[in-house]
Amino acid sequence: MKGMITWALIVTALSLPALAHAAGPAEAQVYSAGFIDAAGPVAAAQFEHFKTIILLMLIVVVPIFVLVPWVLWRYRRGGRGAYRPDWDFNWGNEAVLWGVPIVLIIILSSALWAHTHKYDPYRPLGNDPLDIEVISLDWKFLFIYPQQGIATLDYLALEQGRPVRLKLTSGTVMQSFMIPQLAGQIYTMAGMTTQLNLMADREGEYLGRNTQYNGDGFATQSFRTTVMPASQFDRWVQDTRQSAQALDLATYGALLKPSVEHAPRYYGTVENGLFDRVLASFTGGHAHAGKTAPQASQPREHYHLQNHAKGAEQ
Amino acid sequence: MSWETIFGQLGWDSLVFTGAIKHPSASEFVAFGAGSIVVLGAVAVVVLLTAMRWWGPLWRDWLTSVDHKKIGIMYIVIALVMFLRALIEAGVMRSQQLAAYDSAGYLSADHFGQLFTTHGTIMIFFVAMPFITGLMNYVMPLQIGARDVSFPLLNAISLMLTAAGAGLIMVSLVVGEFSTGGWSGYPPFTGIEFSPGEGVDYWIWSVTLASIGSTLTGLNFAVTLYKKRCPGMDMFRMPLFCWTTLCTSILMIFAMAPLTVATIMLALDRYLGFHFFTNGDGGNMMNFANLFWLFGHPEVYILLLPALGVWSEVVSTFVGKRIYGYTSLVYATMCIAVLSFGVWLHHFFTMGQSANVNAIFGIATMIIGIPTGVKVYDWILTMYRGRIRITTPMLFHINFLLTFVLGGMTGILLANPTVDFQVHNSLFLIAHFHNMIIPGVLFGMFAAVQYWFPKAFGFRLHEGWGKAAFWSLAPGFLLAFFPLYWLGMNGAPRRTVMWSDPAFYPWLALAMLGAVLLLVGTVFLLVQIGVSIRQRRQLAVPLGDPWDGRSLEWSIPSPPPAWNFAVVPQVGGRDAFTEAKKNGLAYRSPAAYSDIEMPCNSMVAPLIGIFTFTLAFALVWHIWWLAVLSFIVVWGVVIARSFVSQTHEIIPASRVEAENEAFLAAARATPGVTRDLEMSPENRGKAAPDRLEQAGQKRPDDVLESAI
Amino acid sequence: MNAPQPLHPGVNLDVTDRKSHEKASEVIFGFWIFLMSDLVLFAALFATYAAMSTQGIAQGPAPSEVFDLGSAFIETLLLLLSSFTFGFAILAMKYSTSRLRLLAWLGVTAVLGAAFVAFELHDYYVMIVNNDAWPQTSGFLSAYYLLTGTHAVHVSAGILWMIVLAVQVMTLGTNPLVKLRLLRLALFWHMLDIVWVGIFTFVYLFGVAA
Repeated sequence: MKGMITWALIVTALSLPALAHAAGPAEAQVYSAGFIDAAGPVAAAQFEHFKTIILLMLIVVVPIFVLVPWVLWRYRRGGRGAYRPDWDFNWGNEAVLWGVPIVLIIILSSALWAHTHKYDPYRPLGNDPLDIEVISLDWKFLFIYPQQGIATLDYLALEQGRPVRLKLTSGTVMQSFMIPQLAGQIYTMAGMTTQLNLMADREGEYLGRNTQYNGDGFATQSFRTTVMPASQFDRWVQDTRQSAQALDLATYGALLKPSVEHAPRYYGTVENGLFDRVLASFTGGHAHAGKTAPQASQPREHYHLQNHAKGAEQ
Repeated sequence: MSWETIFGQLGWDSLVFTGAIKHPSASEFVAFGAGSIVVLGAVAVVVLLTAMRWWGPLWRDWLTSVDHKKIGIMYIVIALVMFLRALIEAGVMRSQQLAAYDSAGYLSADHFGQLFTTHGTIMIFFVAMPFITGLMNYVMPLQIGARDVSFPLLNAISLMLTAAGAGLIMVSLVVGEFSTGGWSGYPPFTGIEFSPGEGVDYWIWSVTLASIGSTLTGLNFAVTLYKKRCPGMDMFRMPLFCWTTLCTSILMIFAMAPLTVATIMLALDRYLGFHFFTNGDGGNMMNFANLFWLFGHPEVYILLLPALGVWSEVVSTFVGKRIYGYTSLVYATMCIAVLSFGVWLHHFFTMGQSANVNAIFGIATMIIGIPTGVKVYDWILTMYRGRIRITTPMLFHINFLLTFVLGGMTGILLANPTVDFQVHNSLFLIAHFHNMIIPGVLFGMFAAVQYWFPKAFGFRLHEGWGKAAFWSLAPGFLLAFFPLYWLGMNGAPRRTVMWSDPAFYPWLALAMLGAVLLLVGTVFLLVQIGVSIRQRRQLAVPLGDPWDGRSLEWSIPSPPPAWNFAVVPQVGGRDAFTEAKKNGLAYRSPAAYSDIEMPCNSMVAPLIGIFTFTLAFALVWHIWWLAVLSFIVVWGVVIARSFVSQTHEIIPASRVEAENEAFLAAARATPGVTRDLEMSPENRGKAAPDRLEQAGQKRPDDVLESAI
Repeated sequence: MNAPQPLHPGVNLDVTDRKSHEKASEVIFGFWIFLMSDLVLFAALFATYAAMSTQGIAQGPAPSEVFDLGSAFIETLLLLLSSFTFGFAILAMKYSTSRLRLLAWLGVTAVLGAAFVAFELHDYYVMIVNNDAWPQTSGFLSAYYLLTGTHAVHVSAGILWMIVLAVQVMTLGTNPLVKLRLLRLALFWHMLDIVWVGIFTFVYLFGVAA
């Protein structure tokens, strides 16, 4: 008992600083709510599927929660249940025990097949998609808008109601790109491209992040996603074009160094074909290093995180 | 002769203590503390062994033993020690996450990275694997009426390889740092470019040592089950624990090889600049994922199947009834084993495969749920029409029935790529697999210890402390992990050192409380052992059958003699010992005794353990002369052993007869106890046919039962 | 009573050495299982090679540029012949009263095996000197060297094992233990032969044809 009280006190003491923080003033923070609070059709469908599976699985789960207490009570030693120590088989039971799960899995399998195809990240969600190229770095994401000729770091602007087609690769290690309220995740790997199709049908700010551990800055590798109506999006593109910062090979080379970013960056001009150059830097081999984008080949030191500033973090 | 030639990359800075001195921080102090515990612990062990003059007996009776019973116990000791470490690591991670709201907390990100890596690696390879291996080692030969496993020396070597791996991981707390790549170690993050240094090498070699040990164990057990069953014990008369051991062994034989290949390839990339998994130059990281999970998925069934076997034994015994659906359970076990090789891709649905490929593996994954569900219902049907006694193992089993099925449900959720795309790499995933492993494997192993401890040591464990442990562990697990499901659904990723979402806070606090309860429950289990040792006279059950057991292991003394059975038994059906007791054939003197040939102790196994440890350590630190020397010594020992001709000793029939007759006489003379007195000092390990007090009363039959 | 039946796949000693024959079943069965696990290892190496020989060439040489089919053919003959001579060694062990025959055939097998390894090492040397084809050059070459190298290491270990057993035959004689070890080494050697046939087919023939 005394031990329990001590532990409870320790836990409370550990909780106090955080509780104090939790009561603090709200800032321009973006928090993730996951697909429970879906803001796009893919995430919404994923959550629906989630709920459907749970409902179907209750067919198997609920009987266990009913039978176990009943059996325990009735057949306890000294209870009213009859004792048949050699009763160990019944064909009827077998038919039900194997049959019900088999039927259930057949139903679930057809649902799985249909949904996996319908919400395949590679399946386009409509015509005239907004094309964005994503390069995952340590510990930030670079977004290139090839149609608009601009780029951003750790900030994604999307047009409400318009299909988005992301083409992803990595400049460093394997990562996993995700904006939970809009769609599921997809890995990014150097020298390869993956695709993610999503759409946002609700205005607002959402959190995106990397979910595949990649080192010291992993915990804060997240970015703000702003979904805005078409007119506002066009204005944002115009404004970004005015930015003096340019994304060229030199800038990219600087970005390759491991760093934690506290504020987004906006690039008014982008070097043509940068995404393909990044890809080629891995498939082209060391002999061609001069002609392609630089690789992250410097040794990495431990990046000691001190206090990080406020921003879109998780 | 430079420093580097002699010591490789070892330096004074490699010691964990210099970190705290040179750049002190809370994180460094925690590391200092951990390293100190290892050093002080080792010193304490040495002092204890010296003071009690236990070095001789340790070497003669344990380290050089090739007796499956001793080896089994040593495996479980390793598992329990490593469990304490990994459990504390979990607690540290939990408390860091609780402290790190909008601040960096007290642990550095790198330290946290090492913690989750060692936590996972240790729990899988140095807690769960040794635990199940030790249990199968101890129990399986007894259940099939054998004197030992087929290859006793190989058994000891497997143990020592596992011990070497565990030693390497413990040393990493004192010298150097560990990998931060997680227990699955994905390149290119774990490649030399992104993780230079010794960390990933520690991971590679400790895992490789453990995996070689497990391959050899699987081989050993499979051959034993095929070749050493006593006369009359057909495959379909074996206890279910033996069936799950057989399927587990087959999985071990086939599944460990892809892991060895993956780790060796990663080692070649790191040490020699090969291009298996590098970015560029033809390397492909996706191959690692495929190879690793080709091992990784069968691995989790390797962990689970023995626990499922334990449940079958526990239920059947504490309900006083034949297991329901024996044949179904056997085929279900086989289905699980075979299917487990066809689902590995579900660990990386998000890696960019086509929808067709993802869907096929998703469906295959769901199909494994069918035989698993059948097993759960079969155990419930075993309890139906039985006479249930709520002992500590049964408490664990009931908890398993209720919580494991919830984990199974989340497994079906994860099997659907559509859902998995959302919750992969999130706390939902963490909650799912802990939901399978803790109530399934861990509690199964705890229950097994409660159940078979009296057989191994001759006295029961204190039931009160056992129940107290359960009532802390069970809610502890629920509190520690169910909040994580919710957090995962809200977008919380795994392996993250800090948070800033205030909504997560209360759930993390609950999880911390759960972790504390799990730690308390574990402490209670240790207290239970201590109290039981102190009260061993009241708890003594030397006659070997404290629970009115059904299989052969309960028919021999507790603890069993080295040769297990004085005369190899002959069985006529399942639940052989129960049948014998029913027909009045238990504790009969055999017609004749003969000499028994038993393998001698051998120092080959501990030598191999020591020098594979030095080989691995040398590889980690690039001490090439030591690596070469260790390799030569290891194979030299193997070759030298093959020239030894005196590898067995004869135990004279007279000695066997004397010991056995004394046991039988005591058993015949002692009155058995009914289950009412199961937990009382009157229980000396002999069972009387069970009667309830109101024996004469006619019991009303249930209408439902009459209908079936 | 009745004639003993073969207890395990492979050469059985039922006719000539009953005592060894009875001990063999468990031990040989265990060894077959060990071979199966070794084959799984090779299977993983083959699968890796299959993927990397097409996707992992990068800037390095392609298979058809580096493989010397002639040399590989000679290696195949050497190894197949060595399996043949090992067969004679086992027959000598089973039927012959003099140990000399056994030792002689073992010796020939070991020499053929050593020649195999020597040819393979020479192949590596030529690849490196002529084509700059190091294992560090590309993923394909890493996979090639690991697959063939693992096989060569197994063969070398087999030769070492042969030497140790030859010493045991000379010092301990052909007692049951030694006979059972020779039977297991035989199985090991023949398995390596089969793996090599796989390598010759899937690595060399396929590689040159592509």
